[in-house]
Formats: sequence, C-alpha cells, structure tokens
Amino acid sequence: MRTKIEVKDIHKDFALDEGALRVVEEVSFSIGDGEFVAIVGPSGCGKSTLLNIIAGFIRPDRGTVAIDGIECSGPSSKGILIPQSGSVFPWLTVRENLMFGLNGHAHLDKTGLADHYAGMVGLKGFETSYPHELSGGMLKRAELARALVVKPEILYLDEPFSALDALMSLRMRNQLLKILSQERHTVLLITHDVEEAVHLADRILVLAPRPTRIQASFDVGIPHPRKLTSPEVQELRFAILGELGVGTDGAEADAPTGG
Amino acid sequence: MSRVERTLPPLAVIALLIALWWGVVAVTGSAIFPTPWQVVTGGVELIEDGTLWEHIGASLLRVGTGFLLAVVIAVPLGLWMGWVRGAYDTLNPIFQMLRPISPIAWIPIAILWFGVGNASPIYLIFISSVFPMVVQTTAGVHTIERRYLRAAENFGVSRYTLFSRVVIPAVLPQIIVGMRIGLGVAWLVVVAAEMIALRSGLGYLIIDSRNAGNRYDLVIAGMIIIGLIGLMLDGLMRLLEGLKSVRWRYAH
Repeated sequence: MRTKIEVKDIHKDFALDEGALRVVEEVSFSIGDGEFVAIVGPSGCGKSTLLNIIAGFIRPDRGTVAIDGIECSGPSSKGILIPQSGSVFPWLTVRENLMFGLNGHAHLDKTGLADHYAGMVGLKGFETSYPHELSGGMLKRAELARALVVKPEILYLDEPFSALDALMSLRMRNQLLKILSQERHTVLLITHDVEEAVHLADRILVLAPRPTRIQASFDVGIPHPRKLTSPEVQELRFAILGELGVGTDGAEADAPTGG
Repeated sequence: MSRVERTLPPLAVIALLIALWWGVVAVTGSAIFPTPWQVVTGGVELIEDGTLWEHIGASLLRVGTGFLLAVVIAVPLGLWMGWVRGAYDTLNPIFQMLRPISPIAWIPIAILWFGVGNASPIYLIFISSVFPMVVQTTAGVHTIERRYLRAAENFGVSRYTLFSRVVIPAVLPQIIVGMRIGLGVAWLVVVAAEMIALRSGLGYLIIDSRNAGNRYDLVIAGMIIIGLIGLMLDGLMRLLEGLKSVRWRYAH
C-alpha cells in the first residue's frame, strides 16, 4: 500500500503561565492510501490537537506531516476536517453549504452535484432547509456531505458522532461505511469510543495520555460488515480497553450497544 | 397565552394612565395642561390642515439620510476593524472616546459647520448612529467562531467567497442589532436637533406649538406621534431579524 500520510516526530507544547505544557510528544506513524486509521485515547489527551496538526491547522513545534510525500504547510481541500463541534454554516441552507466548497471550481452543475451528495447521506428533501431546522444527526450528515462533495482524498474526523445518541451514532457509522465502500477515501478518525474504532477502522492506534504518545497499534483485520457482538470484535475491544487502563471487569460493566 | 391575552395588560395600563391624567387635569382645573380629549382634537387639527404629514416627512427624510449614510460608512469600517488587527488597535480608542459624547453636545458644532439647514440634523443623526453600528459590526467579526473560519480555510475558497459567504453572513445578525440601536438613537436625536432652528419636523412642531401660544395639546400630540413612529421604525428593523439567514443567531 502506498503511503498517503506520513507523520514524523511531531512535538507540540502549549505556553501556559506556569511554563510550557507538552501536549504532543514524538508522535510518528504513517497511513496508507485508502486506509482507515482510528486513533483512540482518553478524553483530553491531546487527540484533537494532533489531528489539527495533521490537517494543517496548527503548526507543530517540531516534526513534519507529509501528504503524498510532500510536506504540508497548511490546510487544503485535499483533506477535509470534520470538527467535533460541527462547522456547517448556520446562515446557509443545506444546499448552499454543500455548494460552498465548490466555489471557484469549474463544475458545470454545482446544484446537481450538491443535491446528489445530500441524497447520498439521506438529506433528500432538506436541500433548502437551514441548519437550525435540522436534528443533530442530520447536521452531521450535512457536514459529511459537504466534505464529500469536494471529493477530498482524506477525511479527518474528530469525534464525529460523539454528540449523537447511541442509536444515531450506530446509524451514522453504517452510513459512513456504505459511502466509503462506494468512494475511496483515506480516513483518519479520532475517537474516545473504542467500539466505534473497532467497528470502522482498518488499524487502531492507542494514545497514551499527556503528553500524547502512541502506545500501541492494532490491526483490525475483520472484514466488513462487522458484527459488533462477535467474539473476535469483543476480544479486540477488550485488548484496546486494557491498553487504555480499563480492566476487563470494568469493560463488562458497560453494556454493549448495537449489534 | 394568546395574542389578545398578551396585549390586554399593556392596554389596561395605558387606559389607566389616561384616566389618571384626565382625573388630575379635571381636579386641578389647569388652564394650560390639556386633557386627553384636547390632545386628540389637537392631533385631528394637525391632520386636517396637512401640516402633520409635512413635519413627519421632514423628520423621516433627515433620519433616513443620516442613518443610511451611517450604515454605508459603519458597516465596511466595522468589518475592516474587526478583520484587521492594526485597524482595530488604531481606531478603536478614538471611537470609544467619541462614542459617549451625547449627540446633543454636537449641536453647536453642527450649526457652526453646517448652518441651520437640513445638513445639521443629518450630521447629528449620522454621528449618533454611526458609532453603535461600528462597535456592533466589529464585535460581530470578533465573535465569529473559529470552527467556521477553519472550515472556510479548509475548502480553500477565494477571499471574495470567504467574505461574501462566511464573514459577512456571520456578522449580519450583529449588524442588524447595530442598525436597530442606531436607528433608535437617530430618531431620538432628530427631534432634539429640530428644536434648535429649523422650520419643519416633529421637533420643530413641539417647540413651535409651545412658543406660539402655549398649545400644549399639540406638544403632547407631537410627543405621542414621535413615540408611535419610533415604535414603527423599531418594528421595521425587527422584521430584518426575522430573515431566515440570520435567525440562527437569535434563536438561542
């Protein structure tokens, strides 16, 4: 597999009153073309910062991020970031949001393309709705469609479904997998939800808490569609939870969702 | 509560105040202060001889001109100050100092610069409504959430698209708030400005009614008309807040 993203020796400190706080320390890994990699770590461990560095929004103090072998110096439409808090423009309709990224492109039929992707994520009939008229799940769909419509090579997902309820989150995951089976993207997902990572990713990296370092790496190797209750999925899940310092007893306490 | 139920209490209070007013005038037997009915007949008199419309038209024209001039200057200036750090650091202290000066304090200077024609009240309206709108617009730019700017940056759109599709629509609700404040102040000021020297406008009507034979019925009729028109102007501005592309900001 050709390397798509090469992260080399990233360091990042944040200046505080009491001195520098090391947020990210010596993170190196690479992602293959078309690969789906999930990074799992506890809340507040610097995952978002790491993703923002890779997507080009934050400059690292040290280290480089290269995409297709070219060192990247800032964000580009090659890789679209879907932030945790969402970034669908509330002053534009769904269609206008989807067409936003197409501005300046020489597409013949921007409206048609926007509506195609709206339909693809299940927002048909809501093209002229404003975001405040949509539910949380629909907003996430609009966000996803707006990213997909510019045909990015990479999707950066920062806890994309964490604000949704368990059922909606599961639905969105299935929809994402369906879309990814039709369109080839390299995906880097940041999440604290181990089940989500096991459900979606080809490879899972476990981050140690602050300063963030890569602690372990798991190849998932289970073909899609994955049955979340299957023993191999559960085994992998417990192994990752173990890396995160949650014992098997503790893991059993939280009831499995979905199936 | 239904619409009727909600409008009933304020109407009751108004009716009570009018009754109180009427009662006090009747008890004290004041020769100068009019009863509500005298105010009504005075108002009808103004409508019948047509002078009321002239005064209203003159006041509205001055407010409209000064206010639009202020919008045209304040909105681009506010956007620029909000976006460019250096512009903010340079101009904001000056504006913060000029802002608390009452427009009334500008009257002597306005007369000195512009004489006693229409230009003086227009200038006063401009000066009074431009600052709130600059401040609101600048604050609007400063409070654009970073996630939206990042998204725009991510899609690599042109500067034109960034401004026309992100920055300006994001600030628009704040601009409308600024316009509401600006127009409110403008209406306050025009009446004050017209009391000085002009021969038309609602402010002139009030002062002239007093000077020309203590016509306090017309003074009060003029005051009530000023209040009603101010209410209408604010209602007009509130219609802008109902636009679908800005409602997201007011919903919470």
